Amino acid sequence: MIEGMAWRFGDNVDTDVIIPGKYLILPAAEAAQHVMAGIRPGFADEVSDGDVIVGGKNFGTGSSRESAPRAIKDAGIRAIVAQSFARIFFRNCINVGLAPVECPRATEIAEGQTVRVDVDGGRVEVVDTGLVLDAVPLPEEIGAILKAGGLEPMLRERFSA
Amino acid sequence: MGMTLTEKIIARAAGRESVKPDDIVTVDVDVAMIHDSGGPRRYWHTMKDMGVGVWDVDKLVVVADHYVPAKDIASAQILQITREFVEYYGIPRFHEAQGIAHTIMVEKGYVRPGMLYVGGDSHSLTGGVMGSFTVGMGSTDMLGIVTTGRTWLRVPHTIRVVLDGPLGPGVAAKDLILTMIGDHTMSGGLYKTLEFHGSGIAQMSIEERSVLTNMCAEIGAKAGIVPGDDVTRAYLAERGIVSDDPYPASDPDAAFIDTWEYAGAAIEPVVARPHRHDDVVPIVAAGEPAIGRAYIGACTGAKYEDLEMAAEILRGRTVASGVLLQVAPASRAALQRAMETGVASVLMEAGAHILPTGCGACPGIGTGILGPGEVCISTTSRNAQGRMGSPEAEVYLASPYAVAAAAVAGKIVDPRQMLTEVAA
Ligand code: SF4
Repeated sequence: MIEGMAWRFGDNVDTDVIIPGKYLILPAAEAAQHVMAGIRPGFADEVSDGDVIVGGKNFGTGSSRESAPRAIKDAGIRAIVAQSFARIFFRNCINVGLAPVECPRATEIAEGQTVRVDVDGGRVEVVDTGLVLDAVPLPEEIGAILKAGGLEPMLRERFSA
Repeated sequence: MGMTLTEKIIARAAGRESVKPDDIVTVDVDVAMIHDSGGPRRYWHTMKDMGVGVWDVDKLVVVADHYVPAKDIASAQILQITREFVEYYGIPRFHEAQGIAHTIMVEKGYVRPGMLYVGGDSHSLTGGVMGSFTVGMGSTDMLGIVTTGRTWLRVPHTIRVVLDGPLGPGVAAKDLILTMIGDHTMSGGLYKTLEFHGSGIAQMSIEERSVLTNMCAEIGAKAGIVPGDDVTRAYLAERGIVSDDPYPASDPDAAFIDTWEYAGAAIEPVVARPHRHDDVVPIVAAGEPAIGRAYIGACTGAKYEDLEMAAEILRGRTVASGVLLQVAPASRAALQRAMETGVASVLMEAGAHILPTGCGACPGIGTGILGPGEVCISTTSRNAQGRMGSPEAEVYLASPYAVAAAAVAGKIVDPRQMLTEVAA
């Protein structure tokens, strides 16, 4: 179970604004300090560990840069709840161990509210109001990668066996 | 119930009789591509640490295109890592500064009908032009593929896109795909394959078709595919790849989730306005904004035929004063051919600045990027805020005809007029 404060973003949040190209030259940890630089500069300083991003449609559209979900995760975000995701971004989230939660009514969550996200159960609860929203549970095979902490730990296990 | 082309390719790669949309399957990849930006620099250390190598050096293509030529020391180091990786594992198909990965995959005939191809870049979708099921993935997924040759896929639904009749003069495939994106928005193809059909497609060249599959990324699609046909066969034959085997195609009773139809003659020149590639308007309704920069570049818009389209407009004309026209050819082969046919001279005589082949300003990584307040019209594929440099720059996306016409006029105008008028 993930519980944290909601940070609201709109539709079509692009990887070019999550991590602009000019920061791609940096190592991942440094790049994370510039997360959302194209849309909300200073975001990395405002976020607390365990917070949740709430978005609209097609979250993470754009390039295949994994630096985007990695920077979000490194900034302390544990889950992204959105109406829909761009597919490469969705896979990249799973692969870096950041939960992408598809929730058709995500936009009913307001900035600053505390949300409780049940990734396996497919459920998002707004703690402040008691509002409960359905989410799409992850297929088992994909949930397993997320539980392992991402694809890399899974590969490590495989190659050490 | 029959299967779509996408379903057939995935089923074959998964070793199954059949698959249906939303099935999750594990597939063997026929060919994979990684590049300097998302490639070895991101995971080679992990491979060493895990003690694993490349699953099959003959199925992997490595391209250095994003950081060439190195503009600073950090870029040079990224290129060094890429080179060392290739040498260490002995990967035969490596191309540094030879062109942009997606253009190379097609031009060299590395991607072919019926293949399942995965590239470590969102515009890998371009490869679908050769009748291959092609998807793009991020670095860790590519780490999985580079070391195991396998990955998981969710089988997508397919939308049938039909282009009836050819496009008119001065109208390019870029106008068609931008029109589609405007109609269906940047999420209109989410999780789906777009399969292209119709007499307009049958008459279109591979390079023009590849603009459609390339920008399927901008409609949110998982893949774009043009089933292999005579044009595909002839293109491969020119590259010494000759075969009489029938190409796979969708069954007549395959289930398509939707059909989008366009009449070729009805497509007009369009532009996507800053900062959204789905904010698309007819060029005549754009209000003739003034521009200071015209950029012909990227895998989307700087192949040989793109340069040729620009030259049709620029022949006997010159770039307006106060405008910088930059041309970054999508491959060395494109530039070489443009030199042979005289297209390169036309561009240079008009005043174009020729940049090295590579991604250049398109991702805001290479050279030729935009400063605050600059207004640019570009043949590239994306105009998100800050994409090509400063977040305070504005980028319009359009066809090579329209970019060349804007360079001459100093503002965004209908290029068709310049095609009918003979230059003074
Ligand atoms: S030219 Fe642009 S769109 Fe094409 S691969 Fe390079 S960065 Fe991506």
